[in-house]
Amino acid sequence: MKRALLETLNAARAEKKRTALITRLDNGDQALLVDGEIAGGGLIAPADVLDAAEAALTADKGRTVDAGDGHAYFVQIFNPPLRLFCIGAVHIAQALAPMAALAGYAVTVIDPRGAWATPERFPDVAVDERWPDEALEALAPDRRTAVCALTHDPKLDDPALVRALRSDAFYVGALGSKKTHAARVERLGESGLAPEEIERIAAPIGLDIGAVSPAEIAISVMAQITLALRGAKGR
Amino acid sequence: MTTTPDLLTRAAQWADGGKKVAIATVVGTWGSSPRPVGSQLIVNEDSEFEGSVSGGCIEGAVVTEALDIMETGTPKLLEFGVSDAMAWEVGLACGGEVKVFVERLEA
Repeated sequence: MKRALLETLNAARAEKKRTALITRLDNGDQALLVDGEIAGGGLIAPADVLDAAEAALTADKGRTVDAGDGHAYFVQIFNPPLRLFCIGAVHIAQALAPMAALAGYAVTVIDPRGAWATPERFPDVAVDERWPDEALEALAPDRRTAVCALTHDPKLDDPALVRALRSDAFYVGALGSKKTHAARVERLGESGLAPEEIERIAAPIGLDIGAVSPAEIAISVMAQITLALRGAKGR
Repeated sequence: MTTTPDLLTRAAQWADGGKKVAIATVVGTWGSSPRPVGSQLIVNEDSEFEGSVSGGCIEGAVVTEALDIMETGTPKLLEFGVSDAMAWEVGLACGGEVKVFVERLEA
């Protein structure tokens, strides 16, 4: 690997870009793919290898590709870490946080109400006691981030949703019935969000699996987040 | 998957300090193998290494090859099977194979 390429690679990783390093295994020639663009390296990677690199990034798993040109290429992927921000240190968040952690997410529960966001209620979970919009501004959701608004309180949920919808977050969900959500859509429209931005909200939150208890709702939310991340296999 | 993100930063630091550096990456596994595809090991000219490409059974061989590749600059694709790697960790000795690509960090 060329030193300059390593610098570009390390910079892309630091900036949490979607990055893949393609190496031709018989001679070591390399190409760096950052956010879908060739960002360095002397290798002209064939189209089928570039496609495989995108697929590897989506699958979150590196792979060796036997390309149509008769050479083998290795795709090393550098996806930024998955993160989940839960707005509201509520009952559902207590179930969702450990589930998301098991699925590989770094979880932060955001709630400025001290009585809710206690270490006793959220052992081993990062708790952020800033106001949700302020916290999200600082935490900067990216395309490997999911955001769930769970407080049922527009004072807390709405500013968080406005910030989340203007980020690259791959998933933005909000708790609340259809009726609650209709009122929310109206409020968010008045706050200057475009209809297509508001449409990104998954609401009522979670896949429709008839969930009742907080844990079941957490399962439906985690399933919906997974679907947004991975895409359906179309079986 | 885990890509041990700090290893490549460490490799750059070694190079900044004037050391020759080689990078080994697991590019294929078959059967049981202790470390997944993408796992990396970095080596410098003083035989210091960080990271891992197996449970510890092939690291020695990979470091030896890496020291050689640091000098020649010619990258190599190494293949290890059970017979090469003498002893996989208990419970993993069921036909594991691993391919490791080793390259020099060029100036």
